[in-house]
Amino acid sequence: MVLIVIIVSFTPMILVGGVIYDQFHESYHEKVYAHLEVLVKKHKQNIDAFLKEKLSDIRFFSAAFNFQELSNEAFLEEKLLTLREEYNEVFEDLGVVNDQGIQTAYAGPFKLVKADYSEADWFKRAVKSEYFISDVFLGLRGMPHFIVAVRRTWEGKHWILRATINFMAFNSIVENLRIGKTGIAFILNREGQFQTKLHSGIVSTEGCVNFLRSLKRNGDKIHIIEKCADSGKATIYVTAFLKGGDWLLIYKQDRLDAFSDLKHSQMTAILIFIIGGLCIITMAIVLSRGMVSRMANADQEKEMMNQQVIETGKLASIGQLAAGIAHEINNPVAIMVEEAGWIQDLLEEEDLKETENLNEFQRALKQINTQGKRCKEITHKLLSFARKTDSTVHDVHINEMIEDVVGLSAQSASYSKVVIDTKIQKDMPSVRMSQTEMQQVLLNLINNALDAMNKKGGTIDISSWSENKHVIIEVSDDGPGIPGANLARIFDPFFTTKPVGKGTGLGLSICYGIIKRMNGEIDVNSVVDKGTTFRIRIPLS
Amino acid sequence: MTIANVLLVDDEVPFVETMTKRLNKRELDIVSAFTGEEALQKLEKGHSIEVVILDVKMPGMDGVETLREIKKRFPLVEVIMLTGHATVETGIEGMKLGAFDYLMKPCDIGDLVSKVGEAAAKKRSHEEKIINARMKEITSRRAY
Repeated sequence: MVLIVIIVSFTPMILVGGVIYDQFHESYHEKVYAHLEVLVKKHKQNIDAFLKEKLSDIRFFSAAFNFQELSNEAFLEEKLLTLREEYNEVFEDLGVVNDQGIQTAYAGPFKLVKADYSEADWFKRAVKSEYFISDVFLGLRGMPHFIVAVRRTWEGKHWILRATINFMAFNSIVENLRIGKTGIAFILNREGQFQTKLHSGIVSTEGCVNFLRSLKRNGDKIHIIEKCADSGKATIYVTAFLKGGDWLLIYKQDRLDAFSDLKHSQMTAILIFIIGGLCIITMAIVLSRGMVSRMANADQEKEMMNQQVIETGKLASIGQLAAGIAHEINNPVAIMVEEAGWIQDLLEEEDLKETENLNEFQRALKQINTQGKRCKEITHKLLSFARKTDSTVHDVHINEMIEDVVGLSAQSASYSKVVIDTKIQKDMPSVRMSQTEMQQVLLNLINNALDAMNKKGGTIDISSWSENKHVIIEVSDDGPGIPGANLARIFDPFFTTKPVGKGTGLGLSICYGIIKRMNGEIDVNSVVDKGTTFRIRIPLS
Repeated sequence: MTIANVLLVDDEVPFVETMTKRLNKRELDIVSAFTGEEALQKLEKGHSIEVVILDVKMPGMDGVETLREIKKRFPLVEVIMLTGHATVETGIEGMKLGAFDYLMKPCDIGDLVSKVGEAAAKKRSHEEKIINARMKEITSRRAY
């Protein structure tokens, strides 16, 4: 019962909750991914634009001034100052390098005039193309930086204008990309070396390198992958190629952090679910208990009703049966008695008078007569049990009726040495009922009490009063009481404790039938050795 | 001379037979009938019948009906009712309809005989009164 209620309440809750959660989860995922994608794309564009801008600055310088002008260190110094003023000290220094890799002119904080770059990796590559942006490296000065270089030709020889970009300034662009607690961004080159400041959170870059290699270098595409980081936490990686595929911008965030809102709502939902579930279970238990007890009560009441109906039905059907039997039995008994009488008549004739068993014959015939009379008595009682007596209803003064009945019984009571006391309430209302029937009931009860006291003497108290629109009559004796086993059966027809031939067992069931017909109640209270009380309740209307 | 001429009416044949024997022995002249209709026929034929012993409960025409008919057609015939019921009402009803008395079955034979005797005596005294009245009428007629 409880289980069914719980299952029925939980199933839709779980289904609805699950579907909504799934949908929400999906769309939130999409939203977060889209957000991250846009973010990374924007940064990629920012960084690309930054690099392009710096490159075009240098290209502008290299085109605007020729090799000779720029070889003048004072002039170069002046240009560097202009650039720094313009771009917030993004440019660290400027240098002019000839085709042999020797820096012929330099402006900046380091003493790098005449520095030989002929073996430097960047130089080798810068010479080969018109412009070039290097990876971050330590170089001669021993500090991380990268170079923007432009190749020009002067008098048939290549020369290179190079500028160093302040690493911190560049770093700050990337570092701006911070979301939540764990969201960080960094840049790797194709070898997996950091192009930005190292973060404590990133230990291994090998995975990224492998990933980097596995990717085709297809322009603007943004990749989002989810995998377990070394720490065991699910982590989201968002990657975008920079600088025409040389660099990789990686944005990394713990999955839990990225989906913290989702997590939060998940927790709220679970909390609601648990509280709701507890409520449902409690209600289910309380309600079903209440229901079960109510049903049990109803069953019990029904059982009692059934018993009453059965009792009444039993009385009615037994009444009919009894009447039928009485009619049928009466005639054969009459014939038997007459035949016996006839034999008795014949015995009177002289030739049989000498028979020595004459006395025995006569005794036997007398006995048949006696028993026939007994049968007659029984059938007459049965008939009175079944027949409709004078049940015409009129106003009856209860007290007068009681006095009448007591008067009738006084004689037999005195034989049994019993005193009958009446305690009647004055001004009793008169009740509409059949006087003869009520007399019969009272007489039956008094006779029963007298029989019970078995000539040992005692008292019978008859009291009457009215309460709650009912008239109550009590007949109580101080006789031997009725044993519990018999108490339940005393109203059953033919139930008697008297010796065979002394009682028919119909008296109390007749009383019961009469009182029930009056819509009244009769019940009994008995304590062994203390006495028995019959109480009759009859409604006034 | 018997005490009385009696018609015994009951549907129980053995009862009627035994009763007839017993009552014969007690110097009653018995004619028996087993239904109400038969009883009326017998009354029609035998005008000497003085008392009818009538069972109340019979199939067909029952005792009360038969009594009503007897009293209508033979008002001087006395009727003693035999009832199976121990009800006062049936007796009372019978008496109202003019029955002489009622007895409950099975009844004591002595009681029955004495009741029959009383009934017969009543009938005879009625008849006597009627005869006397007639005689008076006739004698007084002569006086004119």
